[in-house]
Amino acid sequence: MSDFAQHLINGVAAGTIYALVALGYTMVYGVLKLINFAHGDVMMVGTFLGYGVAQKLGYEHQSSLWGVLAIFLAAMAACAVMGFLMERFAYRPLRDKPRLTALITAIGISFTLSYGFQLDFGPLPGAAPRAFPEIIAPREWLIIGDRAVVIWNWQVISLAIAIGLMLILQALVYRTRFGRAMRAVSFDHRTAALMGIPVDRIIALTFMLGSALAAGAGILYAIKDTAIQPLMGLYVGLKAFVAAVIGGIGNVPGAVVGGLLLGLVEEFVVGYSSSSWRDAVAFGFLIVVLLVRPGGLFGRVAAEKV
Amino acid sequence: MSAPSTLGTREPRPQLLDVEDLHVSYGAITALRGVSLGVGQGEVVALIGANGAGKTSTLRAISGMLKPRSGRIRLAEQEIQGLRSNLLVPRGMAHAPEGRGIFLNLTVLENLELGAYLRRDVPEIKRDLEYVFGLFPILRERVRQQAGTLSGGEQQMLSISRALMSGPKLLLLDEPSLGLAPQVVETIFRILREVNARGVSILLVEQNAHLALNLAHYGYVLETGEVVMRGQGKALLAAPEIRKAYLGE
Repeated sequence: MSDFAQHLINGVAAGTIYALVALGYTMVYGVLKLINFAHGDVMMVGTFLGYGVAQKLGYEHQSSLWGVLAIFLAAMAACAVMGFLMERFAYRPLRDKPRLTALITAIGISFTLSYGFQLDFGPLPGAAPRAFPEIIAPREWLIIGDRAVVIWNWQVISLAIAIGLMLILQALVYRTRFGRAMRAVSFDHRTAALMGIPVDRIIALTFMLGSALAAGAGILYAIKDTAIQPLMGLYVGLKAFVAAVIGGIGNVPGAVVGGLLLGLVEEFVVGYSSSSWRDAVAFGFLIVVLLVRPGGLFGRVAAEKV
Repeated sequence: MSAPSTLGTREPRPQLLDVEDLHVSYGAITALRGVSLGVGQGEVVALIGANGAGKTSTLRAISGMLKPRSGRIRLAEQEIQGLRSNLLVPRGMAHAPEGRGIFLNLTVLENLELGAYLRRDVPEIKRDLEYVFGLFPILRERVRQQAGTLSGGEQQMLSISRALMSGPKLLLLDEPSLGLAPQVVETIFRILREVNARGVSILLVEQNAHLALNLAHYGYVLETGEVVMRGQGKALLAAPEIRKAYLGE
């Protein structure tokens, strides 16, 4: 039972990170019908930027409240700019070209980033993993029983940040004028333009938003796993993509649910069986979901009436 | 191109929309070959013709959904050809497109709010919302519903209402009667008359020539991308060529 509780906590922690990255996939897919395969690498870049900022701040300041805030905000803002540039110069020129062209471009950007970052970067060149500093000094937050369940302060803080980001996004998408415009664009570009919506700007903002979330997720990931390396984006990105598809790609709540489910499934597999089953079960889970619900858990084809 | 035959006289009005020698093609296929037409202030103008005559292409070129190959379009004396749709809304143009273009994933209210996307005058938006609810009371009952759950007729009402929410001077309507029960069509056309009476000019594309010409002050007949005939609504309705070709007599 205590095992179960511990796995549940760990699973939710991992799941929220998948969810944050999955949100970026799903929002961009929503407005462009494009799988931005470079999205995971945006997360990686965000993590490295956060790492860089933490180094600059130094040991004393990196774990202060302002330090942590600076690390998150700097990485998220820089990734938002990167998302903007990516959309503006890589994807927008391909808007009217076959979708495959944009997809190949996305894969190209992904490889450029993940292998580009293996060039000398910082004190450790190459693909060597490096340790992300402990920006939240680990403390036990809650101990149940005879250390049967241990919840760490960074787990709680990470979870709070992840949930906070998701709530902000939720409000943005469903409560604001920008969110309405984004959902209209994701339904149909040309009709959205007939409402006076500047479609290009909404798409650019969607990229920026998704990229900022990815950067936030990357730092949470680094807090959890400590080791960061340039190829981490490929791996976490792929998992988050799976999460988005499980939830129903293009569906915002679906990405959150898909991420959480995937995190929990993986954690329980690792906990009760063996970590070598983790990926097999993750992708097996995807296959099962798609067999039963081809559009994903929340995906549905709206019935069109004539 | 020979000049189209003209029936009846047109009541003189200040010009709101002026389309001159509009050419549109989709790749190798030519859709419009030199269409010229005009809409006066406060006027209802019908554009009738068979399937594939170029009616929808004309509307789309006017509202910036597609770029014309050549030609001139003026709205309130200003050239607008080639401008994108979102830049035309603030100039007073609203287009309820073919197939209604409802955002099925949004609620009825959200659709209406998007119609007023560029407006910041909150009190007036509220008033206009009340106005369209007055026109189509059923929308008020459905206001929190997903637009995808509406019937076809309700979606058409929503499409027109949403277009009105931008506060347009010129309303472009593409086949508002398509696929709807006669009673619903009657309601919609009655409302269009009311909307026009409040000063909104309307350019109406219809396959149902009888309905359209009855409502319209003036009409144009489109055939394979050209205006072949034009004239007063009632005069066209009485013309033997029209009765034969479009009214099934």
